[in-house]
Amino acid sequence: MTNMERHNYDVLIIGAGGAGLRAAVEAREAGLRVAIICKSLFGKAHTVMAEGGAAASMGNVNDKDSWMVHFRDTMRGGKFLNHYRMAELHAKESPDRIWELETWGALFDRTEEGKISQRNFGGHEYPRLAHVGDRTGLELIRTMQQRIVALQQKDGRETGDMESHIKVFAELTITDILKENGKISGAYGYWRESGSEVLFEAPAVVIATGGVGKTFKITSNSWEGTGDGHALALKAGANLVDMEFLQFHPTGMVWPPSVRGILVTESVRGEGGVLTNNVGERFMFKYIPEVFKNIYADNEAEADRWYLDQDNNRRPPELLPRDEVARAINSEVKAGRGTEHGGVFLDVSKRIPADVIKKRLPSMWHQFYELAGVDITKEAMEVGPTCHYVMGGVEVEPDNAAAIGVPGLFAAGEVAGGMHGSNRLGGNSLSDLLVFGRRAGMGAIEYVKNNGANPVSDASIKAAAARIEAPFSREGGENSYSLHAELQEVTHNLVGIIRTGKEVEEAIEKIADIRKRSANVSVAGGRKFNPGFHLAFDLDNMLLVAESTAKSALRREESRGGHTRDDFPGMDTTWRQVNNISSFDGKQVNVKSQPLPPMPKELFDLFDIHELEKYMTPEEIAKGGSN
Amino acid sequence: MTRKLNLRIWRGDATDGALQDVVVEANEGEVVLDVIHRVQATQMGDLAVRWNCKAGKCGSCSMEINGKPRLACMTQVASYGDDETITVTPLRAFPVIKDLVTDVSFNYRKAMEIPAYEHPKDLAPGDARMEQIDVERSQEFRKCIECFLCQDTCHVIRDHEENKKSFAGPRFFIRIAELDMHPLDMLKNRKRTAQEEHGLGMCNITKCCTEVCPEHIKITDNAIIPMKERVVDIKYDPARMFAGLLKRDKRN
Repeated sequence: MTNMERHNYDVLIIGAGGAGLRAAVEAREAGLRVAIICKSLFGKAHTVMAEGGAAASMGNVNDKDSWMVHFRDTMRGGKFLNHYRMAELHAKESPDRIWELETWGALFDRTEEGKISQRNFGGHEYPRLAHVGDRTGLELIRTMQQRIVALQQKDGRETGDMESHIKVFAELTITDILKENGKISGAYGYWRESGSEVLFEAPAVVIATGGVGKTFKITSNSWEGTGDGHALALKAGANLVDMEFLQFHPTGMVWPPSVRGILVTESVRGEGGVLTNNVGERFMFKYIPEVFKNIYADNEAEADRWYLDQDNNRRPPELLPRDEVARAINSEVKAGRGTEHGGVFLDVSKRIPADVIKKRLPSMWHQFYELAGVDITKEAMEVGPTCHYVMGGVEVEPDNAAAIGVPGLFAAGEVAGGMHGSNRLGGNSLSDLLVFGRRAGMGAIEYVKNNGANPVSDASIKAAAARIEAPFSREGGENSYSLHAELQEVTHNLVGIIRTGKEVEEAIEKIADIRKRSANVSVAGGRKFNPGFHLAFDLDNMLLVAESTAKSALRREESRGGHTRDDFPGMDTTWRQVNNISSFDGKQVNVKSQPLPPMPKELFDLFDIHELEKYMTPEEIAKGGSN
Repeated sequence: MTRKLNLRIWRGDATDGALQDVVVEANEGEVVLDVIHRVQATQMGDLAVRWNCKAGKCGSCSMEINGKPRLACMTQVASYGDDETITVTPLRAFPVIKDLVTDVSFNYRKAMEIPAYEHPKDLAPGDARMEQIDVERSQEFRKCIECFLCQDTCHVIRDHEENKKSFAGPRFFIRIAELDMHPLDMLKNRKRTAQEEHGLGMCNITKCCTEVCPEHIKITDNAIIPMKERVVDIKYDPARMFAGLLKRDKRN
């Protein structure tokens, strides 16, 4: 703990993506002093990678849209495992959150009438995604970043110090969330640049750390997606809900190998891109599940007509929810109908003129042209599934994003669970960040109002400091890079897109073994900007996340959304009634079942009873909602 | 197809440093960042390099490759000759922290000095109406991924530390232009403050910034020149005269 810095704030926000920044804005506007921690530079968070858009039922393109339709689509996409209240708040509040961004300077693409344009996306009944070409995430994070600066400038005018109320701590990693007397007291970490240690004292901590993709071999996530918040929350005594649900985005790049996994936005399909196998067959027609037969076209003629007349035709099956498309691609490749590099073809060149492609999908055009030497206005892309998003996450109270079981802890964005059920719809992530980022900020404000400072004890500081020092004091242990690569092989091969009980059991053993060996990881070099040292801590988090995912996957004996069990291929209505709850006892992750809260009658009644019969037991249907 | 690649990496910190040669495997289709990562995982565990998205969208892996400011994730190894040594060095305009990582806090300080967007007070959320053609001008500048390559290459500050205080740099000229062209922004005099407070006049439009922009933003033509032309109250601009001379000399 040499030269440990000490800071004192009302709210500490871990993560500077969309959710963290939205929480920070809310807390500052209520007068609180806020620290924002980012693991990389300010404005580089994974939110920038979101391409397609932010879903909000503004009804600018089709005025039949409403929060009720958005709610229905979200529950349907999540196969009714979503926390109904989160899906309800999200559907109701996302239009306001988008419009608010405009008052902060965001410039979305426009309709003919000059309103915010909205595009079609998988699983959304109407055109619903507010977008800026295919760089919507960048627009969102830049707008939030600039909003933070605007608030800092205001503080500068009022207090003479621009950082008096909001300070961004860039390139800093949190290694422990601290508690005293059962409540949050702060967090401990290190500057990535110098390796020196930092203590934050704060009665409220918001976790907004994003996802876990780096646990897997093929992923669209950057190095930051190491499940830090999931692991920090578990270790602080919070629960994780449904960690078996991982979204494999159907279309990642497959060639060249160095870019394998990098995302190809769903907008390519939303704009008319078609999936074919190596014999030229448009195969998605073969994979429309029973539950979706009434809303997806079963022939090419109707699918093609839909782009011109959406009221009188069913949607093309390329726009099925992501889990369905990912599984279909996986099956085609397994059956030997894949491309040379193990993907399928995605072609937008035959349907859309070159100049329109470059205008609507500019960054896709660049990405393929510069990284793969493919001109998507002339030829097809090769694509395949890539680990993209974790639906599971910290168990929270929907209304204030408070982590259940840990007073003072909040979680929002990808790191929170429940909102998306077993599968997230494209476009629902950016809106989720805004809706629940704000609500986490509100939750923290309320909590701080009722709970004063909770000083950190010297014993907590000592323990946290010892953990940081440990890898430097060991010699001859294994290298964190090779252990990370080994973990990625295990998750990819044994807990990947298609799972079996036997393989998952094997994975659990192997993860435990890697975890044991990781306790001896030693680090070469000094503390100063040392990636080997940084990875040693990230690895610890990933191992805990992988254990939670594998154990939850073993427990859930059915296939639903982002969890496919080859040995239990169907959906099971009894499994729909429970969440898998992971907790940590200091040694290992334990998973138990917990009943899902039943939907209240007014939400239940939004659905056609015949649709609900596909998901619910006759007893649930007979009850007709909870009140 | 795997081959051996000669890579020369600058290693060191603010006090001292030197180029070090390594031989590393390079596979077909790989970019410079891939081989740097391979060096990190197999030969130099503590080699410092920034990166995030590896898809040219976040602007973290900025460095100089054979002396040119570039994103390492968007630079194909195959774009260099088979026998060519690839030299990677940190951005020259910013102080080195360690190896390929520099202290870019200058840019974040400048960002805080540009007055924020001001929304019309009487325009309620959801009521804004703008034409696509009007938002597109600013949207071009909002494509900026803040890689700061334009800042690195700009010769007003590249070798002139003393200019940094009064010069915001190309990244922030497009930020000012973006706000100036924003159909709804209410703050007046952005062009004038660009000239008087942020050093627009020091730019002598050599277009070096435009050349290195990975987003292909026409920084000079679409942001800097239009603002310079419309700056009022300034009778003559020595920078533009200087640029004119350069043109006649055909040095550009």
